[in-house]
Amino acid sequence: MKKLEVFDPAMCCSTGVCGVEVDPVLAQFAADLKWVADQGISVERHNLGQEPQAFAANPAVVKELEAGIDRLPVVLIDGHIITTGLYPSRQQLAQKLDIKLASEEKAHAVAGKCCDPKSGCC
Amino acid sequence: MPLPQITTRHAFFTGKGGVGKTSLSCATGLALANTGKKVLIVSTDPASNLDEVLGVALNQSPTAVPDAPNLWALNIDPEAAAHAYRERMVGPYRGILPDTAIRSMEEQFSGACTVEIAAFDEFSKLLGDPLATQAFDHVIFDTAPTGHTLRLLTLPSAWDEFISSSTGGASCLGPLAGLEKQKTLYAATVERLSNPNETTVVLVSRPEQASLREAERTRAELGDLGVTNLQLVINGVFMTQHPGDAIADAMSQRTIKAMAAMPPSLAALPGTTIPFLPMGTVGLDALQAMAHPESLANHSESSEPEVITLPGGLKRFVDELATLGHGVIMTMGKGGVGKTSVAAAIAFNLAERGFPVILSTTDPAAHVAAAADAGMPGLTVTKIDPVQEVREYTEEVLAKAGAHLDAAGLAMLEEDLRSPCTEEIAVFRAFARTVDAGQGGFVVLDTAPTGHTILLLDAAEAYHREVERTQGDMPESVKALLPRLRDKNFTHVFVVTLPEATPVHEAERLQQDLRRAGIEPYAWVINQSLLASGTHDAILMQRGAYETPFIRRVSEDLSNRCALIPWLKAAPVGQHDLANMIR
Repeated sequence: MKKLEVFDPAMCCSTGVCGVEVDPVLAQFAADLKWVADQGISVERHNLGQEPQAFAANPAVVKELEAGIDRLPVVLIDGHIITTGLYPSRQQLAQKLDIKLASEEKAHAVAGKCCDPKSGCC
Repeated sequence: MPLPQITTRHAFFTGKGGVGKTSLSCATGLALANTGKKVLIVSTDPASNLDEVLGVALNQSPTAVPDAPNLWALNIDPEAAAHAYRERMVGPYRGILPDTAIRSMEEQFSGACTVEIAAFDEFSKLLGDPLATQAFDHVIFDTAPTGHTLRLLTLPSAWDEFISSSTGGASCLGPLAGLEKQKTLYAATVERLSNPNETTVVLVSRPEQASLREAERTRAELGDLGVTNLQLVINGVFMTQHPGDAIADAMSQRTIKAMAAMPPSLAALPGTTIPFLPMGTVGLDALQAMAHPESLANHSESSEPEVITLPGGLKRFVDELATLGHGVIMTMGKGGVGKTSVAAAIAFNLAERGFPVILSTTDPAAHVAAAADAGMPGLTVTKIDPVQEVREYTEEVLAKAGAHLDAAGLAMLEEDLRSPCTEEIAVFRAFARTVDAGQGGFVVLDTAPTGHTILLLDAAEAYHREVERTQGDMPESVKALLPRLRDKNFTHVFVVTLPEATPVHEAERLQQDLRRAGIEPYAWVINQSLLASGTHDAILMQRGAYETPFIRRVSEDLSNRCALIPWLKAAPVGQHDLANMIR
């Protein structure tokens, strides 16, 4: 079974509602992870504020942290880093994990990168 | 003996700040201790003065009160508890994770919810775990002002629901994640609070309409929470023995009127009244006197009161503000000191001078609307209602972020919106919006009680940092708030207090907190001074003499700008009587 790991920045909620302004990317990503898990992938999510031990135990993640806190979030598949500093979209996750997207799922998938809240694209 | 009769193991004293919860809970605890029971008094108020009342330095474990056998006390300072919790979570990773990561974690644990959770955790250790207090026959909680008390009391069921419905794993449990195992303890806490055989809740009120209305609100809310073993104490009932003195007559009349208008469901509670005592309530002697007021009958002060020059009125400060023509004016102080009335009086006065004025309140027990019933051109009265703000914020978030989500994502978002921090954020945004509107004229804000105010300002600070870090698409009003609050030409803070030990001490703490947040109060207002009232009633004069050291403390040590408002014959409700406050 493939394993997807996400190392989040310190934040008190995964949907970002506790921030100054809700970040739609975070809410979308939380939903995407649920979808990935439903495809039979093992998903682990670690928040720096809550589970620092998971960060400390992963040398690759500590190395990214040393390069800067903005490297978070770090996303790994089977221990290999696939992205840093951004939340991948459902399509990107599907591609890296060899999951086929049904067409109606594609329609729902919003790419995290394009949907920067500042850009106004969503 | 006029003190409430406590037969249950746990007792809570609740009421608006300044009604005498701390002294009453101490007097009750002392009386029980005198009968040979072992008693522990606990304060969960973030701005507690339990140390001062009992005359002993307290910490988070029971400390014996000197000269009072069988009496112990402890103080839960939620901020200290949050700090300890933060250290427990972050400490082990210093030197292991990079400094930037450590700082980021610390920031996360500096929020309002961490303080709430840490306080509740301490609180439930005492209430939920029988072993923690088994050495005592009675545990008496001197709880925080009403809003906070209710939050503490409603938290158990809120969290209980929250924890059990939290199936997503990575949800907004946030700082609570480390405490999830405590679920049994929390459930036991809820159970004990609403069990009439274990817990008595004493509502404390002054014989004043606003205070009684607040007590009734609390009674209803507690009833909704299943807490029904209630008692009522009316504290400081004054009946003149020698009619003819205008102030004494007015005070007696006001008491009679307020008592007559008491809501029936409140009047139906078992209860007791404590007479107005011509002395302070700090120290064991004063606490004994509350239990035996008759012993004071033959006790008279022989020493002449110290003669001091009293500070002037509020008008000169309002004159000065009027020359600026615009800005934000905030009245701050512990609940019950009259900051709502002072804010309303300033707002009316400025509106009378022809300025556009917005009068706004974040106090959950807002009486502004009631006080400002008379229409006045140029004056707008608004209210920041936390419940409504949360609803609007939730709707806004769901509209913005929910549209892109599938059912699972939406469920997770909705769950996060049920978290306690959502309220802090929603109220803060409303606060920022109101301050933003002050640019064209005056905005007068009556802020919520001390603890809440501090949380708001803390939130402001955290938001300020967050802004610099994320550059997210947040409202301009929020972005600009903190620099504006710190701008001496834009924001003027009045610290409101009463000429009594506790309120002055609390206000002093508030001033320190404000200064730590980079805000220097503009002036102090000492409200409801009997000494300045012109009374000749013996008891009131005797009580008035107790004000002297506190007036001096404020005008000589705490502030260069101090205004004194006498105890007024007419309660400051409505335009005409509010105007009397500004002389």
